[in-house]
Amino acid sequence: MKIADKDTRAVDLVRKALDKAKEFEEYNVFISLNDEALKKAEEIDRRIAAGEKVGRLAGVPYALKDDFLSPEGKTTAGSKMLENFRSPITATAVAKLETEDAICLGRTNMDAFSHGASTENSYFGPTLNSRDKTRAAGGSSGGSAVAVALGIVPFALGTDTGGSIRQPAAYNGVIGVRPTYGAVSRYGVIAMSSSIDTVGCFATTADDADLVMGVMAGRDEADATSLDDFWSAEPENKKLRVGVIKDFMNSADGEVLKCTNDYIDKLKGLGHEVSEIEMPTLKYGLAIYYVVQSAELASTMMRFDSIRFGRQAENVKGLDDLYTRSRDEGLMMENKRRIMLGNYVVSTGLYEKYYLKAQKARTLLMAEYDRAFEKFDVLLCPTTPSTAFKLGSKTGDPMEMYLEDLMLASPSMAGLPAISVPAGETTEGLTVGVQLVGPQCSDRSLLKLAKETM
Amino acid sequence: MSITREEILHLSKMSSLSFSDAEIEGLEKDLGNILDYVSRLDELDTEGVELTYQVFKMQNVWREDVLEKAEADRDDLLALAPAVKDHQLKVPKIL
Repeated sequence: MKIADKDTRAVDLVRKALDKAKEFEEYNVFISLNDEALKKAEEIDRRIAAGEKVGRLAGVPYALKDDFLSPEGKTTAGSKMLENFRSPITATAVAKLETEDAICLGRTNMDAFSHGASTENSYFGPTLNSRDKTRAAGGSSGGSAVAVALGIVPFALGTDTGGSIRQPAAYNGVIGVRPTYGAVSRYGVIAMSSSIDTVGCFATTADDADLVMGVMAGRDEADATSLDDFWSAEPENKKLRVGVIKDFMNSADGEVLKCTNDYIDKLKGLGHEVSEIEMPTLKYGLAIYYVVQSAELASTMMRFDSIRFGRQAENVKGLDDLYTRSRDEGLMMENKRRIMLGNYVVSTGLYEKYYLKAQKARTLLMAEYDRAFEKFDVLLCPTTPSTAFKLGSKTGDPMEMYLEDLMLASPSMAGLPAISVPAGETTEGLTVGVQLVGPQCSDRSLLKLAKETM
Repeated sequence: MSITREEILHLSKMSSLSFSDAEIEGLEKDLGNILDYVSRLDELDTEGVELTYQVFKMQNVWREDVLEKAEADRDDLLALAPAVKDHQLKVPKIL
């Protein structure tokens, strides 16, 4: 990516990005643009001209998924509930980017509260796929993926719980990084499911993604689950043992499979050792995910009581009516469906059957990954079973939409780093992604491998 | 169906949500489908298996018991509330 210096002005970088944002307005990428962006760029240019030291991302415009809190603009989380919410605090990930002088260009569209896999579930309407305007961008971080794919910004932030970065990355032909759970602080990020949520990014090159993640990574006292910085350690320079997950290859469409096989040939050509592996527990990953994810989010969504913040219903009859009507009006049907599911799986009499069962199955899933990583450094499968689907084709059937995360939910449940790497396109020009998964804290090895193949 | 209309009505109350009849019908079908899918977990033998609540098995992350300056002060936070009176959150009459 281009970084401002004596020859490249930050103002020009930001102007160009704003022009492109305008050019591609019909894609509905942004919920809001940052009024302060140009002013910040001018300040960076002034500092450069004065010979002052500037940050590693000086003047680079980036797009921010609208679930990161910062006082610049409103943080809506794609919802009506937070339509006018202005945060007094700044998410740690954003603060770290700002310290390196990156400039937030605007806030991107998303499924409300990240509940969705297409960005169609946004109060602000769907984002269109960068390759085909009749198709979904993927989601929930769809706006950020499309912002990078259309070349508006060189990188964008997203959040990934069950695939919300990797799936839209695959559907728009960019790199999407879900880091090891805890690699980046979640402070100031609107929570979905606290034991699974991660902060990651989209970029067009592995080096850019690596740089951005390196800036954001590290321990933060404000997030007890954040890990000490492991990003500064250089990945080993060696040929890797790559395991192709047979169970998922069988679930992929013809053209997705072809692109994945081409990618595998490329890895072999680079001297990596590739063989197949069977991982029979992975087929339970999505079921485990939907139980744990919904149980956790039903709890986090209770904060939206419309009393301390958020949109409040008018002319209510008493406190219960205030809660209920405000939530009815402020939340999307998918938000409500997941809250209902989550409260169901932890209810008396069903808690053991669903929630405890899933958390035990999660242990089995993690054990299966541990065994796989005794033989392999990286596990590979397509990111998604098929390519970007038509807008509206899955909104009527939630289970159909949930299956989008089939190959993505398992690494999420194990807290593993997982990235989606561009792996070519179909005859129709739709993009395909391959998912690389490694052991905890092997994020940089995955990006190094991605770089070799791009 | 693995979930009944009565269960949905009870859950909606617990969740501070309300639904139209058509929405309840939709939820019966959709939640039923999801629960049917989830029931595949019954195939797994989890007898004696420990639970995973947190992938790094973290417990009780402590910090020094000292007061730190918060990013937002009382007025910042109260400014977010739809209704405030005398520096307090205002809610409808309860009693």
